[in-house]
Amino acid sequence: MTSRQKERLTSFLLLLPSIILIGVFVYGFIGWTVYVSMSKWRGMVPDYTFVGLRNYATLFSLHRFRVGVKNNIIFTALFIPSSILLGFFLAFLLDQKVKFEGFFRNVFLFPMALSFVITGTIWAWIFNPQAGLNVLLKKMGLEFLQSGWITDPRVALYSVVIAATWQMSGFTMAMYLAGIRGIPLELREAARVDGATEWQLYQKVIIPLLHPITVSAVVVLGHISLKIFDLIFVMTGGGPAMATDVPGVYMFMATFRQDLFNRGAAIGTIMLLMVAVVIVPYLIYSMRTEVER
Amino acid sequence: MRVRPWRVLLYICLCGLALFYLMPVYVVFSTSFKTMQEVSQTSVWQLPATLNWASYKEALAKLGQGLINSTRLAVPATILSAFLGSMNGYVLSKWKFRGADTLFALLLFGMFIPYQSILIPMVRFLQSIHLYGSIGGLVVVHVVYGIPMTTLLFRNYYTSIPTELVEAGKIDGCSLLGIYRHIMLPISAPGFVVVMIWQFTSIWNEFLFAVTVTNNPASQPATVSLQGLAGGLVAQWHVQMAGALLTALPTLLVYILLGNYFVQGLLAGSLKG
Repeated sequence: MTSRQKERLTSFLLLLPSIILIGVFVYGFIGWTVYVSMSKWRGMVPDYTFVGLRNYATLFSLHRFRVGVKNNIIFTALFIPSSILLGFFLAFLLDQKVKFEGFFRNVFLFPMALSFVITGTIWAWIFNPQAGLNVLLKKMGLEFLQSGWITDPRVALYSVVIAATWQMSGFTMAMYLAGIRGIPLELREAARVDGATEWQLYQKVIIPLLHPITVSAVVVLGHISLKIFDLIFVMTGGGPAMATDVPGVYMFMATFRQDLFNRGAAIGTIMLLMVAVVIVPYLIYSMRTEVER
Repeated sequence: MRVRPWRVLLYICLCGLALFYLMPVYVVFSTSFKTMQEVSQTSVWQLPATLNWASYKEALAKLGQGLINSTRLAVPATILSAFLGSMNGYVLSKWKFRGADTLFALLLFGMFIPYQSILIPMVRFLQSIHLYGSIGGLVVVHVVYGIPMTTLLFRNYYTSIPTELVEAGKIDGCSLLGIYRHIMLPISAPGFVVVMIWQFTSIWNEFLFAVTVTNNPASQPATVSLQGLAGGLVAQWHVQMAGALLTALPTLLVYILLGNYFVQGLLAGSLKG
């Protein structure tokens, strides 16, 4: 064996443990889940009798699943823009040569270091109708904004979006701030020399240059949002009256509380498809741009 | 000095938003030092009459085992997955073979999947190797599903290191493993810091695997114990808030002390930050 072949073999052997592990635990298990989703398995003893797509048909006829998908779409449609806009606004503010920038940055970003379980626990208490936010709103003379928050089916989903935005907006801020700081100073100077105001500078130069970051942020926030489980499970458990139920929570309940393994597997498979629609094009796009660089 | 209204508005915005982000911190402190009676009679915003540590004692009694379990889970899983990621990242950046990028993309996909799509087989698998319900089982799970992220971070890190170093090693007669051992590993410390902080934080904070794999309090990580605190007949908000702070403390300390490395991991996680 030549030394070149030897090197090739060693490099492959070094990767082999990970290739096997990911091959089995990601791709193998996905296949297994799809198989379970087409089986009769309910209860503790696996039953792999093949029933085709019947579980999917049942699933789509279930009120709880349809409501869950709808909730998840509304949640995503609110959570992504709010995290992006707030995150961008924070980055814009911090870009104005402010004093104590480091302090503010740390304050806006620290929720990212916390578990969704912690965020959910604390915000459930803040949204307590008797002792929490409502009391503060009354003191500020904003009684008309009072509500039952996570206890009111009409408002609960929006309450969860607020908590999720509190946690994740610092992340988009960090992305945008890194992006803004990466723009060559000469470009900004040139625009200023041409008489551009700060607003025009942002509108014409900075924001267009930040488009790739927006794409990344939408994808990352989107895939978090489509598989959200812990925050909702802890804050509301999917209630009240299914107002915050999402497939991520339903999958857990169906599988591990009701022993409907085939239904749980079908929900898991659909969640994977929803996430793949967002992630696969993004992975391909990322790989291509990397090759070009 | 002339005060420009624009600057005043800027700082008003910053301070107002800072209050929004810090409000839950205030809520945790104000509530956790109250007695049960105070919690039921006062609002979240009122400060406690005296500093009452009883809720911390109670939270520690209920969460202590969970915090120990989380440590026993996060430390080994962090070290193992960091080491695997370092080897992968080294090969995938410095010894690219045909198809290496495709392989990398296939590994990365594992980072984004909803774990609900592999949960049932994973539980069956852990049962079959008798690791279901144990910390050991959770370590396996976190090591495996940590591989994509640690590989990504290390691949980025090693890509930024000049390939001339590898070439020099080759000329000196070092093998692929020798170059890793004698040239790359000694300069990998910053990469390891970023990866280990990231892994420790995510594993410590994780909930879905924790709640499905562990089925009894003796092996539950802290996030599961914390969620369990909410399950009582009467809501003990002061204990829950104390518990939330205790559970947050390790990752919060890491963030305060090594925040820059945490942000590096965070930005790399979006692939192109």
